[in-house]
Amino acid sequence: MTLLVAENVGIRFGGVRAVENVSFAVQAGHIFSIIGPNGAGKTTLFNVLSGIYRPDSGRVLLAGEDVTGMPPHRLAAKGIARTFQNLQIFYGMTVVENVMVGRHLREDRRIVPSMLGLPSAARQNRATRQKAREILAFVGLGDPADEPAGSLPYGALRRLEIARALALEPRLLLLDEPAAGCNPVETAELGELVRSIVRQGVTIMLVEHDMRFVMQISDRLLVLDGGRTLAEGSAAALRQNPEVIAAYLGRHGAREANPALS
Amino acid sequence: MRALLSARWVTLGVLCLVIAALPLVFPSSYYYRVAALVWISAIAAVGLNILMGYAGQVSLGHAGFLGIGAYAVAIGPARFGLNSWLCILLGALLSAALAWLVGRTILRLRGHYLAIATLGFGFLIALVLANEARWTGGPDGTPVARVSVAGFRLAGPVTWYWLSGALLALGTALALNLEDSSVGRALRALHDSEIAAALAGIDVARCKLWAFIIAAVYASVAGSMLALFDGFVTPDVASFLRSIDLVAMVVVGGIGSSAGSILGAGLLVTLPQFLTVFAEYEQIALGLIIMLVMIFLRRGIVPTAQQLFAPRRR
Ligand SMILES: Nc1ncnc2c1ncn2[C@@H]1O[C@H](COP(=O)(O)OP(=O)(O)OP(=O)(O)O)[C@@H](O)[C@H]1O
Ligand SMILES: [Mg+2]
Repeated sequence: MTLLVAENVGIRFGGVRAVENVSFAVQAGHIFSIIGPNGAGKTTLFNVLSGIYRPDSGRVLLAGEDVTGMPPHRLAAKGIARTFQNLQIFYGMTVVENVMVGRHLREDRRIVPSMLGLPSAARQNRATRQKAREILAFVGLGDPADEPAGSLPYGALRRLEIARALALEPRLLLLDEPAAGCNPVETAELGELVRSIVRQGVTIMLVEHDMRFVMQISDRLLVLDGGRTLAEGSAAALRQNPEVIAAYLGRHGAREANPALS
Repeated sequence: MRALLSARWVTLGVLCLVIAALPLVFPSSYYYRVAALVWISAIAAVGLNILMGYAGQVSLGHAGFLGIGAYAVAIGPARFGLNSWLCILLGALLSAALAWLVGRTILRLRGHYLAIATLGFGFLIALVLANEARWTGGPDGTPVARVSVAGFRLAGPVTWYWLSGALLALGTALALNLEDSSVGRALRALHDSEIAAALAGIDVARCKLWAFIIAAVYASVAGSMLALFDGFVTPDVASFLRSIDLVAMVVVGGIGSSAGSILGAGLLVTLPQFLTVFAEYEQIALGLIIMLVMIFLRRGIVPTAQQLFAPRRR
């Protein structure tokens, strides 16, 4: 089944065409990755898919429904969650509260019962906290749950963002450079985590610079360059694509992506 | 969870204890009067903290809602023969409606638009109160009918001390409940990152609007209490300086902390009484003290103290 379709999506900022005429389809249950050099438009594309930017042209379809230009909180309700390349942590809250925020849509959000502190509100708080703790344990952050979020090291903050996104119980999870700043061991652990998320039935779109990592894990990849599609296909197909090798992977990248070449 | 839960009960417990025990050290009824003014101001400050401390939005015209609440209990009974208690409610409803109108469009915008819009709103209310003399008595103000409960007239500082103290305890309990709820977390989240909050499914504009409305209702009720306590009200209740006073209470005590807002109200109301020895330099001394607090206790008194006395982790 096709979960997400982008049709001729384009957006520009002033004179900069950040994304231009990009089309692709993401199959449910896949890991679909977007690669490309700095400034290629990967994050901008994520911003369009998650409703932060409205595209100037083109359409986005989620499970067949046109969701182009829908505001982020409604897209979240439709099952799109994401993490951020430049971390967006709620630093005024504890680790577990960050994840509890991700449960917002699953909670009773009426003001009066909240303010009165009715037993139902207390019960809901307990349930939300319990669920958030389970998710934290799943991403490997069970221990520091009650610490202030700011006390976590950088790599853990990336996991915290994943936990918060998972709390939404999304259908589609957009991960923007989750391995940035990770050492090889952490990157391998992250790969395991991503695979186990997919096993739970979540479709993943991944932006990542670590070629070895992304080539191993992805079902399909989209190569962007200067906002345009350079190529799209499986990892195996892209490794053979001379255009991709020449323009983007380069000699070094090709070797990393395809150990057989070196 | 234990930590947060206990923090909530500690704050409430200490507050009730202070309200109950303070009269033991009062040498005269004058102190009841000052303390009642503190409790009433604190009600408005605790409400404003929901907007400023939880949601991170600034209102520079919040005294406008004090004014609406105050004049509701002045005009309603005198002109329409309405019950004063009912007028507190009507004033709160009117404040909520105005907050909804002002906030609806403004809060969709990011940045400091709310601060500017509320600034204008505050001036507008003060202007209307001063100029619509036929209804409000103009700049000279208007008397406010005393209230009674079951034939018992509520007058005198001692009665109002307990009444406003009880209302403050209630208002604080509601604010603390909100803080640790789905909506409260949403407010605190959008304070830190509106984008991440929106992507967690939070309707950012709507949540900010709720915070603004709640803060307006708190201020309106405080304004009603103030007018009923004083038995007289002037447009000064809605002045810009009042609005700044409210903001200062929240910030000095420690933004985001209800206990801090109450402490801030205590300081901002009582300090001028102590500083009268400085005569014409009173305002300067007050400003200096606020500046020193903000320089040396940047996050405000209560959060700084909490950090000092919290058990060290790791
Ligand atoms: N809000 C904006 N205003 C103006 N220009 C923007 C904006 N967002 C992105 N751009 C521009 O769009 C282009 C694509 O940026 P984008 O952040 O999407 O790249 P990226 O592929 O994510 O790069 P990186 O690998 O460095 O994260 C860049 O030229 C960037 O300067
Ligand atoms: Mg990027």
